Amino acid sequence: MEEVKEQVISLPRLGEPAPDFEAVTTHGVLKLEDFKGSWLILFSHPADFTPVCTTEFIAFAEIYPDLQKRGAELLGLSVDSVSSHIAWVRNVEEKTGVKIPFPVIADLSKEVSFAYGMIHPGQSKTETVRCVFIIDPNQIIRTILYYPLTTGRNMQEILRIVDALQTTDEHKVATPANWKPGDMVVVPPPNTQEMAEERVKQGYECVDWYLCKKKL
Amino acid sequence: MACISPDGKPTESGAGMLRALKSGLKSPEEIAKDAGVPLFRVRSGLRELTQAGLVSQKDDRYVITDKGEELVK
Repeated sequence: MEEVKEQVISLPRLGEPAPDFEAVTTHGVLKLEDFKGSWLILFSHPADFTPVCTTEFIAFAEIYPDLQKRGAELLGLSVDSVSSHIAWVRNVEEKTGVKIPFPVIADLSKEVSFAYGMIHPGQSKTETVRCVFIIDPNQIIRTILYYPLTTGRNMQEILRIVDALQTTDEHKVATPANWKPGDMVVVPPPNTQEMAEERVKQGYECVDWYLCKKKL
Repeated sequence: MACISPDGKPTESGAGMLRALKSGLKSPEEIAKDAGVPLFRVRSGLRELTQAGLVSQKDDRYVITDKGEELVK
C-alpha cells in the first residue's frame, strides 16, 4: 500500500463545519449534504478483514437501531476499495449472521481521510486510525474521538455522547462526569454576582453557586 | 450506482423510490417515508434517477418521468 507523504496541516475542530465530501460507498456515491438534518456518526477503521475492526463493525451494527431512534446515521470509512468492503461485510454476515446496515466509504484516494485527519503516521502511514466524528444535523462537528489501532471502541460511550449532546441542545444544560440519561444535569453557571446570588435561591441542588444540578 | 443496476434496471431500493413517486410529486422526505428508505439514500438515489432520466425535479420536489413509469409498470 502507498505510504502517506502528505503533511496534515490542520485537524477538524469542534464547533466548525464538517469538511465536505463526495465519496464512493457501499451504498453508492454519497455526499456529506445527504445527511443534512440527521446526526451523523462518521467513523474510520484501519482495514477490512482485520479482527478488531470486525468486532467493531458487529458492535456498530448492533447499536444502529438505537442510533436511528436518536435520529442518527452511521457512515464507516477505510482506505480499502469498495469491492473489499462488499466482500468483508458479506463475509461478516455469512460468518456471524450480522448484516452491516450502514454505508462504508472506500477512500482509496485518502481525500476524506486527510480532510478529517484520520491518518496518524505515528500509528500507521497507510491506514486510518479509529476515529469517530459526531456531526450534528447542521453539519457542525460536535465530538471527535481518536482510538489507537489496538483498542476497539466503546459503543455505549458513543450512544451516551449522542444522548448528552441532544440533551444539551434541547434543554440548554451541561452534563456532568459519567452522566447517563435520567441523571441530574448541570445548570449553566451564572455570569454575574446578582445571578449567583439568585441561583442559590432557585431550588436547584447546589454544591455552591457555580455547581448546581437539576432533574429534567 | 445504488439505484440503477449496470443493466439499466432499477435496484430494489430504486424501484421502491420510483413506485413512491407514482402517486405524484413528492419531496425527498415523503419519498423516504413511503419507500422505507433512509433519507440520505433517497437524496443520493434521486441524483442517480434524475441523471438517468427516470425522475425530474420541480423546485424541491420530484416527479416520475414516462421512462421511469415504464420501468415500474
